[in-house]
Amino acid sequence: MTLTLELEKQKERTPVVAQTIFLGIGLALLLLAPLFFYPVFLMKILCFALFACAFNLLLGYTGLLSFGHAAFFGGAAYFTAHAVKEWGVPPELGILVGVVGAALLGAVIGFFAIRRQGIYFAMITLALAQMFYFFCLQAEFTHGEDGIQSVPRGHLFGFIDLSQSTSMYYFVLAVFVIGIGIIWRIINSPFGMILKSIRENETRAISLGYSVRNYKLAAFVMSAALTGLAGGVKALVFQFATLTDVGWQMSGEVILMTLLGGIGTLIGPLFGAGLVVTLQNYLATSEFPVTIITGLVFMACVLLFRRGIVGEFYNSRLGRRLGFEHRHKH
Amino acid sequence: MTTIFGIPLQAFLGQLLIGLINGSFYALLSLGLAIIFGLLRVINFAHGAQYMLGAFVAWLLLSHFGIGYWPTLILAPLLVGFLGAVIERTMLRRLYSLDPLYGLLFTFGLALTVEGTFRYLYGSSGQPYATPALLAGGTNLGFMFLPIYRGWVIAFSLAVCLGTWLVIEKTKLGSYLRAATENPVLVQSFGINVPFLLTLTYGLGAALAALAGVLAAPIYQVSPLMGSNIIIIVFAVVVVGGMGSIMGAIITGYMLGVAEGLTKVFYPEASNIVIFVIMAFVLLIRPAGLFGRDA
Repeated sequence: MTLTLELEKQKERTPVVAQTIFLGIGLALLLLAPLFFYPVFLMKILCFALFACAFNLLLGYTGLLSFGHAAFFGGAAYFTAHAVKEWGVPPELGILVGVVGAALLGAVIGFFAIRRQGIYFAMITLALAQMFYFFCLQAEFTHGEDGIQSVPRGHLFGFIDLSQSTSMYYFVLAVFVIGIGIIWRIINSPFGMILKSIRENETRAISLGYSVRNYKLAAFVMSAALTGLAGGVKALVFQFATLTDVGWQMSGEVILMTLLGGIGTLIGPLFGAGLVVTLQNYLATSEFPVTIITGLVFMACVLLFRRGIVGEFYNSRLGRRLGFEHRHKH
Repeated sequence: MTTIFGIPLQAFLGQLLIGLINGSFYALLSLGLAIIFGLLRVINFAHGAQYMLGAFVAWLLLSHFGIGYWPTLILAPLLVGFLGAVIERTMLRRLYSLDPLYGLLFTFGLALTVEGTFRYLYGSSGQPYATPALLAGGTNLGFMFLPIYRGWVIAFSLAVCLGTWLVIEKTKLGSYLRAATENPVLVQSFGINVPFLLTLTYGLGAALAALAGVLAAPIYQVSPLMGSNIIIIVFAVVVVGGMGSIMGAIITGYMLGVAEGLTKVFYPEASNIVIFVIMAFVLLIRPAGLFGRDA
């Protein structure tokens, strides 16, 4: 008995070591990245990666496809930009305003959306987010088509000057790592297990006595808040907040990043975001519209590799040997 | 001057007319969505793109080949319907066994591609499409001035909606479709070619969207963005109506169009969100939708 247990442990050790090595290499690369790449480009990737990871908490781990996450991303960008520029609050507090605002918005939209399931859920979130878009178009504080311009980055905790792009980068990286840590903690908690059970079989979760609605709403609000974290930071990175971030195209973009990277994998969306942002930067100078490529990649992903890049890796022989598992059903 | 609730009658009826016209498009589009969803369990995000394609085909036929409005009214839906059938046959078909969300995502990608291509080729600004000579001008109804083309759009789309409803409820083909919606395996075992029915249905839905596009061409400008502007509203209409009933989709489309028009009279600021607000209310009171059967 003890022997088999001991053997089991041995078998488990290799994957844990391998995964820790992967994690270490990844972190080291992120720490050294500004030496090789333009910091604003990297920060953009990190913001969108956090956005996509937060979105994935809902799609990949709870099985809810929101087509309105731009409302939380762009909304938080507006809230943070307004707080920092008009109220003069320090950046950390400005981001908090964005997070809380996005969470409240998430509570309202989620309250309506969880009344239906599946594709109806997707359509409702899309419609309500569009409603928020029209609100932003007409509201006073968003400055309509102009957006909120020249938002100061300020001093973090009063002494770290964020106008330096290097210090800004490490701040964004820290936020990203903390955000991913929170998501990791959520999905590996008993609460996260219940979310996964809802994803796998909602009826069974109900019959086991879980109030599925409350769990869904909680997941929705958490996802919205983390999305708000990404949106708030993005407003500081680019020093503006505009209508682009609340439009439905943005909601589509984050779905693509998640799908491309791997639905239901913790770090898949990071790769998805990296690819999409790189593609956008590459095409930004040409006349060719990004949406054609985006659309084609979307279709190809859905038809040919629904597991996404990271999901396919996890499912490959090497991935399995290294002990990764990918349980999301397709 | 005659007034109604303190609003001049002219303005009131004018907005009512605009509401009915928008409602015609909502009804035609949500009807197509409901038919496709009923059989394929796919929410066709490309419906807006197919509507835009219909309008563009009309514009291209006129400007490049000199083919006028009347032949186009048949040609454009045939062409777009055929395109839809090809896409169903080659790609969409592979997704039926999967979660319905993949169908939504695939058609979303399709919509982005089509819209992006037309923006690349023709720019974002709209192209004007002349009203056909037969329907130009207007008529004075005594209490208001009615442009004939707008009256035609309302009458014709109503006829198309009712015709589609009749085909589905009263003909043999319709009974196959309804039976395949309920139980495709059983219907197939009776020797009916269900895969072909699915292709036909998607083609029909796309053709309806294109027909709406041709109707819209003389009223709105023909622009690549016209589809994505309307599709989100139509989704809200579909949520309000519930997709269980064809008639429900039609009635809800007209109702919400009129509601939107009337909001423009009484509280213009809210006119572009009123349908979403109604949707939220319906979700509170009757989550399955006004005509919906499923929870």
